[in-house]
Amino acid sequence: MSTADALAKQRTPVRPARILLHVFLVVTSLAWLAPLLWAIFAALRPYAETSNKGYVSWPDKLNFDNFKNAFEQSDMLHYFGNTLIIAVPAVLITLLLSSMVAFYVSRFDFRLNIFLLLVFTAGNLLPQQVIITPLYRMYLLIDLPGITASGKLYDSALGLVLIHVAFQSGFCAFVLSNYMRMLPHELTEAALVDGASVWRMYWQIVLPLCKPAMAALATLLSIWIYNDFFWAIVLISTGENMPITSALNNLSGQYFTDPNLVAAGALLTAIPTLIVYFVLQRQFVSGLTLGANKG
Amino acid sequence: MTTDTNMKSPEAAAVPPPGRAPDKKRVPRGHKRLLTRRDRITLAFMAGVPTVLHVALVWVTAIASIALAFTSWDGIGFSSIKWVGLDNFKHLFSDNPQFWPAVEHNIIWFVVLILIPTPMGLFLAVQLDKKIRFSRVYQTAFFLPVVVSLAVTGFVWQLVYNPDTGLINSLIGANKPGHYIDWIGDPHLNLWAVLVAASWRHTGYMMILYLAGLKGVDPSLREASALDGANEWQTFKSVIFPTLRPTNTVVLVVTIIEALRAFDLVFVFNKGAQGTELLSILITNNIIGESSRIGYGSAIAVVLLVISLAVIIPYLIATFRKERQA
Repeated sequence: MSTADALAKQRTPVRPARILLHVFLVVTSLAWLAPLLWAIFAALRPYAETSNKGYVSWPDKLNFDNFKNAFEQSDMLHYFGNTLIIAVPAVLITLLLSSMVAFYVSRFDFRLNIFLLLVFTAGNLLPQQVIITPLYRMYLLIDLPGITASGKLYDSALGLVLIHVAFQSGFCAFVLSNYMRMLPHELTEAALVDGASVWRMYWQIVLPLCKPAMAALATLLSIWIYNDFFWAIVLISTGENMPITSALNNLSGQYFTDPNLVAAGALLTAIPTLIVYFVLQRQFVSGLTLGANKG
Repeated sequence: MTTDTNMKSPEAAAVPPPGRAPDKKRVPRGHKRLLTRRDRITLAFMAGVPTVLHVALVWVTAIASIALAFTSWDGIGFSSIKWVGLDNFKHLFSDNPQFWPAVEHNIIWFVVLILIPTPMGLFLAVQLDKKIRFSRVYQTAFFLPVVVSLAVTGFVWQLVYNPDTGLINSLIGANKPGHYIDWIGDPHLNLWAVLVAASWRHTGYMMILYLAGLKGVDPSLREASALDGANEWQTFKSVIFPTLRPTNTVVLVVTIIEALRAFDLVFVFNKGAQGTELLSILITNNIIGESSRIGYGSAIAVVLLVISLAVIIPYLIATFRKERQA
């Protein structure tokens, strides 16, 4: 037996096996995409035609009318706007706050830090329903006249931003503190000796070095917050105030009266996440594996 | 996780591991001594604000859930809170017709996820890790369901399951009156129908976690195994899989948490009607439903909390201990 033998052995069976593997993967990925392709197919066909010929039939007409109608009739733009008002501040504040905690925990060994990190991470792993009952009551009790339209934390964008920040900062603090711990200690040490303030150390030295991790987390957070369904279902009572993902539930009963419109509405809702995903796929995946303890 | 972070970050190389331990003891003291009063205030603010927000909204409410579970309250004024001891739990365990089915469904959810999509994700990851062409295209296809929200997933799968117009019934000719298969309404079928959709998503998630894990496997291990004449399956079983242990732990925890969190899909499908009751749904129905039974809903939340913490705490302690040693 020699290396040459082993290599030869490796090389010969490769071809047919590889082809088989590709066949398998093509078939499986098509099967994986099938539900989405089916939704696209249904959304592209006029309702009159599908109700006449059935959904599994050769299409006579394919157009974007359902998309147009779903978008206009339900005033989807308004709900996308709601999402924007919630998601943008939530992502920015989460990153700011969690990077501050991570900076503290990773740079200053004040004994508390493992415990603090444990509290943050464990909190993020809890099922949301564990805290929802008291949270819902608390939101109803907190009066904010003049600050939110509802006069309370309940039924307001502010309320949703706060819970997103509180919940997601656990995960981000964990990931960022791991990241910051790997930056050489000499960096901040030197700055401190030079008389730089703590805030400058954080803002001008540590944060710029965390850009890759921050970018990955920002991508991940945007998609998570955009996709959130539960918080808004419980903490928002006025249909008008709901972000798009949660509004879909009401809209499907009210405006999306046939399956073709439901398909179009659901797909329209998915488009922003798909764009973010295709453009920033690498960021998204690296963020997900960076802190794989996320539920 | 830690290993992934080490792997991903270029800075990892900049920290010489042996020199770190003594450093760690000395540096913080040096840091501390150089801090001015203003720095200390800044630091207290930087750590304090996020902690207060997180603790107030997540942990105070979790503890409030526990306290409320022993009371009866209709939510109108604090004076109507009455201590009822274990009554809520007694009712829950003995006369709630939905509670035990919900527990069972959460368990089934976990068992299905760990037995079908998880090995499937591992299998796909192993295939896609083989430096084949179009690997990224395949990955994108399998991962797509993870990116789309669960609410949208619910609507898309309803189009597949709809008894009249859905893909499945249309294909097998079960969409005519008298032949209906009601995938969503039938309590014997609906949980499995939802679980297909949940598995569809979970597979891609697991594939990505395992792909990251496989990237960390030392290639020389594989070469050595091939030189020893081991075939693909033998190499995987005795060389690759054992080195994936950290990933397997993460996968197990993620899957348990997913099973406990399951909510969106079921809510979109049928609001957790008969056949698909889940603990998360029961809790939610007790607050946004017509009856606002706060104490009772909290008792269910406590059950969910206890199960979650039983998984989360040992896992995190093990993770942080490992980190300290590293």
